[in-house]
Amino acid sequence: MIRVELTKMLRRPLTWVTIAALNALPTLVAILLALTDLGPRPGTGPPFLSAVLTDGTLFPLAALGIVLPLFLPVAVAVVGGDAIAGEVQTDTLRYLLARPVSRVRLLVAKLTSIIAFVVLATLAVALVAYVEGKLLLGDAPGGVVSVSGSTLTQTQMAERTVMAFVYVVLAMLGVAAIALMLSTMTDSAVAAALGTIGFLVASTVLLGLDAAESLKPYLVTRYWLAFVDLFRDPIRWRDVIHGVLAQLAYLVVFAGAAWANFATRDVNR
Amino acid sequence: MIRTRGLTKRYGQVRAVDGIDLDVREGDVYGFLGANGSGKTTTVRMLLGLVLATDGEAELFGEPMPRAASSVLPRVGALVEGPGAYPHLSGHANLALFDAAAGPKVKRRSRRARIREVLEQVGLDPVDERPAKAYSLGMRQRLGLAAALMRRPPLLVLDEPTNGLDPQGIRDIRELLLGLNRSGTTIFLSSHLLAEIEQMSTRVGVLDRGRLVMQEDMSALRTATGLVRVRTPDIAAAIALLDGRVEHRGVEMILVRAHDSAALNQRLVSAGVRVTEMSPVRRGLEEIVLAATESPERKS
Repeated sequence: MIRVELTKMLRRPLTWVTIAALNALPTLVAILLALTDLGPRPGTGPPFLSAVLTDGTLFPLAALGIVLPLFLPVAVAVVGGDAIAGEVQTDTLRYLLARPVSRVRLLVAKLTSIIAFVVLATLAVALVAYVEGKLLLGDAPGGVVSVSGSTLTQTQMAERTVMAFVYVVLAMLGVAAIALMLSTMTDSAVAAALGTIGFLVASTVLLGLDAAESLKPYLVTRYWLAFVDLFRDPIRWRDVIHGVLAQLAYLVVFAGAAWANFATRDVNR
Repeated sequence: MIRTRGLTKRYGQVRAVDGIDLDVREGDVYGFLGANGSGKTTTVRMLLGLVLATDGEAELFGEPMPRAASSVLPRVGALVEGPGAYPHLSGHANLALFDAAAGPKVKRRSRRARIREVLEQVGLDPVDERPAKAYSLGMRQRLGLAAALMRRPPLLVLDEPTNGLDPQGIRDIRELLLGLNRSGTTIFLSSHLLAEIEQMSTRVGVLDRGRLVMQEDMSALRTATGLVRVRTPDIAAAIALLDGRVEHRGVEMILVRAHDSAALNQRLVSAGVRVTEMSPVRRGLEEIVLAATESPERKS
């Protein structure tokens, strides 16, 4: 079933349109930077963006920093919200279940395919940004300067980029699980996606509110940008680990809720 | 094949399906009749484990549903309330995906051959590469039927299978289903179209507001009424001859009470009455169903 779901995901126009849209903003940023040479001052704006004018190879990281807070979660919400509700809309859910595909296996396959989509989308953003950085932006030599100011070797840099990539994928687990749960609760894929986005907006609003201090460690968006900490010297693991644990907790709770709701639900459409 | 006991589905206070005892035997074409909203589709969904019954039990192949779904459903081909297909994929690709989704592993080559076979069976072009969203309603219906037939199931559960088909298409599908039935497939056919059920079924169940008001073999239902319709130009002579046995008189036509139409014919002809047409009167399914569904209401 997992293979079938992956095939379906890869053959859907939605997948590729979303990935194209995801690449649009970093591309625009790269072009603007290349044309104007006006980078944000160091320490402001998305992470790494101030450094890409001198070193274009950092642009994949900058691009991930651009899409991570908003674009990537929205894409995951759209794809995840479509998981079950989309099958209802094409009248295919009842035929899958009557094949029979067990409901638990269907959910696991759907979750796997959403995560595969995140990997694919993140990889696409990184690769496109790498090419753009090479072609459009600075290629000043002199090694990579870490966020803390010291110089990182090529191998260190490669290791940390891989870690950052993995972290971005893990950071989307919570969103994927929320979208999947909402998708089992409604027959409308759009409603499920919007519900997920509403959840993220609420989380972001609470992050900016001092009165919500005690809630903050548990918010789904709290540790998203902790991947910057991977480029400190030495790496500051605290928030990264906390972030991964928070995502796993969201995954367990919301995937569990999706299962609890879907396993005994009447499929009336 | 299908047996339910007191199968019930309640939505809040409404009993959509109210304690029905279905009995479908091997080799039947079972016509499941009912008006729109009488609970047919809910019943079909309960049989397939899509909707969970509030009360009662259902057995397919002697195994309980939905508990034994994983061993029962691979032997059932289903078409429930309209076909379903992934709109951006061709009919061929849709069938391949559905078939790969569950069930025993099939070699790719034999799957491809089988897909070609079922598409031809239902009258679709196997090399059509158009996406399913470009299909007409009738073509989609055929594709849904093809998906149900993929694994040569011994039991077909079909809900309104001829929906959206033109008269020729309806005939093709009817022939196809009857052919499958002759080679041993049991068919549970749910429909609100009396004529369709009348032409195909060997057994009929009638659902009215959630209750099974009738379940009978077609042959038992359609026994002769003891009346013979006689068409003759010599109407007065015929009435004089059959005095007292004529139930109804029409223009060049009379209804005669008689159990042996051959004897009646001989008697008329030997008396010099010309007979143009003669046939025993059978009750139509329509009258039977109307009688079954209306009487309780009238009495109350």
